[in-house]
Amino acid sequence: MIPVCPLASLPRGEALRLDVVDPPIAVFHTDEGDILAIDDTCTHQDASLADGWLEGCEIECPLHASRFNLRTGEVDAPPAKRPVRVHQVVVENDVIHVVPSDAPPNLPPGVTLKGQA
Amino acid sequence: MKTVCVVGASLAGLLTARALRSQGYGGRLVVVGAEEHRPYDRPPLSKDFLKGVIGESDLALEGGGEQQDIDWRLGVAATGLDATARRITLSDGTSLVADGIVIATGAAARTLPGTEALRGVHTLRTLDDARALRADLATARRLVVIGGGFIGAEVAATARELGLDVTLVESGEAPLAAVVGPTMGRVIADLHERRGVRLVRHAYVTEVTGTDRADGVRLADGTHLPADVVVVGIGAVPSTGWLHGSGVELGDGVLCDEGGGTSAPGIVAVGDCAAWYDPVRGRHHRVEHWTGARQRAAVAAATLLSAGTARPEPARPAYFWSDQFDVKIQFIGHAGDADTVTVEEGDPADHSFLAAYRQGDRLVAVLGVNQVRLFTRWRRHLETAPVQTG
Ligand SMILES: Cc1cc2nc3c(=O)[nH]c(=O)nc-3n(C[C@H](O)[C@H](O)[C@H](O)COP(=O)(O)OP(=O)(O)OC[C@H]3O[C@@H](n4cnc5c(N)ncnc54)[C@H](O)[C@@H]3O)c2cc1C
Ligand code: FES
Repeated sequence: MIPVCPLASLPRGEALRLDVVDPPIAVFHTDEGDILAIDDTCTHQDASLADGWLEGCEIECPLHASRFNLRTGEVDAPPAKRPVRVHQVVVENDVIHVVPSDAPPNLPPGVTLKGQA
Repeated sequence: MKTVCVVGASLAGLLTARALRSQGYGGRLVVVGAEEHRPYDRPPLSKDFLKGVIGESDLALEGGGEQQDIDWRLGVAATGLDATARRITLSDGTSLVADGIVIATGAAARTLPGTEALRGVHTLRTLDDARALRADLATARRLVVIGGGFIGAEVAATARELGLDVTLVESGEAPLAAVVGPTMGRVIADLHERRGVRLVRHAYVTEVTGTDRADGVRLADGTHLPADVVVVGIGAVPSTGWLHGSGVELGDGVLCDEGGGTSAPGIVAVGDCAAWYDPVRGRHHRVEHWTGARQRAAVAAATLLSAGTARPEPARPAYFWSDQFDVKIQFIGHAGDADTVTVEEGDPADHSFLAAYRQGDRLVAVLGVNQVRLFTRWRRHLETAPVQTG
């Protein structure tokens, strides 16, 4: 379990990118009050989903507008075709934590894990 | 409705076919496409695909395992339409009668008259075009690009990254100036020049020289620019030739209402071939961007299935992106409506900034250059602002 930040420092409607893991994870606080985490890197190209447009429980990629569901990781329409992984979120003592998924990530072409370049 | 025929098997056609299924259409769905390929993504053709960073399988628009129950008729072009009978004639001599028709034939690259027979002269619209250009660039040293629109500027940047000697000939003040305006166009020009692209502005091409194969480009002032390969990037024309005399009203593209309905009942049009009525700007215009097709596909499907009674949500302002060198360019809105442009963040000299276009104090367009996160915020600001008509 990786600590992310105090609950109070991620207001509703905001997102942050957790760079201490590779590939990075994006954590969102939706307008409805849910805290959800997915892979930060879009599966189409190298875009950071934390930079995207959060609407309900979907994030629209900032570059080419594919939308990913924050609960399932599924993508709605091209250009992205593959889902992102979802990660478990645990809030303990008012601190947000994530439990990274152990499934293999769907990285876009040209993006590799650090140390595997 | 028992049979719907989608003409054009690319982005707009595929997304409309999908939207028809997701909106509950269960009848026969035929997709006719002139190219032999399954739907693929065009933007990388001038960027990562041309550079060789991604391959053909990366271009597919359909995900693995996708099942939409579609009868694909690929490698077959529609050659005519009778809008009253809703009969489409096809290049293989057969014809199809449908209860609903989606026109999604996109656009084709405009060519420079007199260059068609010269080898080494390319336009870039299709996968086949990109394969041919990629092969030709592999052995070339000097490239001249005619036209500083998106495709011209992107090909120039990619070829420069591949190590070619590149000249970009532009009839106006700067590349992309027609879309981002002259002030920001000059910033794009600076980017190209600093990365070693030779820019020739305010130039008019009179001739591509060479007998069998192109060997250069002649300008109106007599200058001759030697070239091994010439790329013509002078825009695209809507692929509506097959609709002449059909009864479907045409202008610059297929004229549609704000839901994609054409002048003929049971026929909608979407994507680069379609000029939807824009209630905010009070006229029809084509949106030749990826997200334009994406946003309108579901609306066009609803219009077709509801026989025009569905009330479309107002379309979002046009958004597009372009990648040139290591720079991500993002733009939304209409620069032509603006009377001021101000840099809000960053510095154009660093090729990392955000610029706002305003008419009076109303935001009408936003340009982001390597400012992805900030651009999303500004874009949201623009898109959620109350719509003003007139
Ligand atoms: C090289 C390149 C780079 C681009 N880069 C960007 C970018 O960075 N950002 C952006 O926003 N947009 C970009 N675009 C634009 C974007 O790709 C288009 O807006 C999009 O492809 C439009 O989709 P469409 O389905 O309407 O038309 P098209 O993709 O043009 O598809 C139309 C299809 O219909 C077929 N067809 C034509 N006539 C017939 C007929 N009579 N019968 C049957 N089939 C027919 C054609 O063969 C074609 O397959 C780029 C385009 C190109 C060519
Ligand atoms: S990078 Fe996310 S959709 Fe293209």
